[in-house]
Amino acid sequence: MGKTIRNSRTRTVNFITYALVIIAYIILQSMVSSGNIKSVLKGMLVPICAYIVMAVSLNLTVGVLGELSLGHAGFMSVGAFTGVTAAMAMFYGIPGVAPWLRLLVGMVTGAVFAAVAGLLIGIPVLRLRGDYLAIVTLAFGEIIKSLINNLYVGFDSKGFHLSMLEDKTNLLEGGKLIIGGPMGIGGIKKISNLTAGFILVMITLIVVFHIMNSRSGRAIMAIRDNRIAAESVGINVTKYKLTVFTISAALAGAAGALFAMNYSTIVANKFDFNTSILVLVFVVLGGLSNMLGSVIAAAALTILPEALRQFSEYRMLVYAIVLILVMLATNNPALRALIDKLKPGRKNEEKEG
Amino acid sequence: MSFLYFLINGISLGSIYAIIALGYTMVYGISKMLNFAHGDVIMVGAYICFFSLTRFNLPPLVAVAAAMLVCMVLGMTIEKLAYKPLRQATSLAVLITAIGVSYLLQNLALLLFSPNVKVFPSIVGNGKISMGDIVVSHVTIVTIIVCIVIMVGMTLFTGRTKIGKAMRACSEDKAAAQLMGINVDATISVTFIIGSGLAAIAGVLLCSTYPTLVPTTGSMPGIKAFTAAVFGGIGSIPGAFLGGLLLGIIEIFAKAYISTQISDAIVFAVLIIVLLVKPTGLLGKKTREKV
Repeated sequence: MGKTIRNSRTRTVNFITYALVIIAYIILQSMVSSGNIKSVLKGMLVPICAYIVMAVSLNLTVGVLGELSLGHAGFMSVGAFTGVTAAMAMFYGIPGVAPWLRLLVGMVTGAVFAAVAGLLIGIPVLRLRGDYLAIVTLAFGEIIKSLINNLYVGFDSKGFHLSMLEDKTNLLEGGKLIIGGPMGIGGIKKISNLTAGFILVMITLIVVFHIMNSRSGRAIMAIRDNRIAAESVGINVTKYKLTVFTISAALAGAAGALFAMNYSTIVANKFDFNTSILVLVFVVLGGLSNMLGSVIAAAALTILPEALRQFSEYRMLVYAIVLILVMLATNNPALRALIDKLKPGRKNEEKEG
Repeated sequence: MSFLYFLINGISLGSIYAIIALGYTMVYGISKMLNFAHGDVIMVGAYICFFSLTRFNLPPLVAVAAAMLVCMVLGMTIEKLAYKPLRQATSLAVLITAIGVSYLLQNLALLLFSPNVKVFPSIVGNGKISMGDIVVSHVTIVTIIVCIVIMVGMTLFTGRTKIGKAMRACSEDKAAAQLMGINVDATISVTFIIGSGLAAIAGVLLCSTYPTLVPTTGSMPGIKAFTAAVFGGIGSIPGAFLGGLLLGIIEIFAKAYISTQISDAIVFAVLIIVLLVKPTGLLGKKTREKV
């Protein structure tokens, strides 16, 4: 009995999430095509999509698997730089390729490279727990930032040339330096658009919901709730943890590529510890394992600093105070009890559970 | 530029990390939270000391005392207002609140002290002494001495005094400590106060060695010191000392012998490798999982 109720509720929440994203897309897209949109908001559409994907994918690691990750921006960075490199090389190497194809290739490349990075960082995950794991992900993010800041990648008729620390790519005539160390990538063609962002958000939601409602998803949540009990009933903890880290990283990589191709220049310092934290804030405020919450929190909190523009220099201060107050309010026992009382369904579920 | 010179500089930088890491480790030990605002308390301490020295022309020791006092009050206020209501909440909720506090302090500093770079005057002057063929500045030596004094002091404090013992008891088991008549809330407050006072000292020493002061000065040393605390085994005082020193030495050697630009990457890579071999840090306690 309990199972069917929960299933139908999950299905409703998933449906609402899809519906919300689709409706938002239709409204925004019609506003964009009729030119009826403020330029500030228009410039933020792609970043909002990218942050939604980041938040949902991080929620898979933090909420569903229950491992704190402080280096999610590292995957975004890997995706951004490899994705843009691929797209630019394609632009120079094969003349006349359609922009959407370059964007697609960039996002797929970003996802693949970020997945490899996720797999690499997933290995220490198997030995570490809790805060020690969090610190490894933090360290990983910093390493990625530091390495990309010193990476030089050029492209000419002979293919790619890589060098570290200083520019030793020695490109042939007509070659292009794509990643220029601390200068990052310049001259990016802005080929990201709202439709691509929308498709990526939908793919992310479909992937994450399918995992959560599958046998693997239940295994992952069992690991989160009680690792030892999960292991003792024969769940392969190693396999599931690596799977989650890889999928989460791949989605973040695609988001990174999408994000980067919305700007003409991109530097590694954009994806630092603060960005990881920003995404973590989306996840926690939206609610752990609550993907609808992540979508709303990511969109709202990306717009909030812009909406607070009237406070000009006080806006980050207001943001910080809002953040603290929301955390204090949502964790207030009296307020919690009140919310639970207003939701009769939840009480029944607890009794059945 | 000899090996010894780099070693001394490494120990000096490591001493600063160790003092910051000590604050992290004590707070973590007692309240199991990562206090991300700790790095910003360092920055506040440095600013208070800066203004005491330049604006009010106070003598250096008084300026340091003023910085410590302000930071201690700040630490206590943060704990009372932001962390105490969340005692029962999940650790993630507390973490996000700590991040909020960190943003708040940085942006307050931005408004109050302006984003302009302040050149911090060294509290012990710019003198240098030569030992054989190497020249070491006074700041370096003072930093190392201060760190040793603090480490010995804290070890004695937690081992011998009543409050110190109460702190250790609370980090082990809060409920049991309360049953033994220990005032847990007061003990946690004391821990935050001590940690913030140490942060002020670290801020002054940090800015005396690297004299640029901006509202984000504390962030990176904060993160590094946090890694140092984990490196040594979080929750352990000798661990913070060892972790801080090693991190400082590795960083200076990486800068000197490999590359300045990727020294951070090397520091963090060493951290990951150490954690792979010893998953609870160098001196961390192994906790058995109970089923």
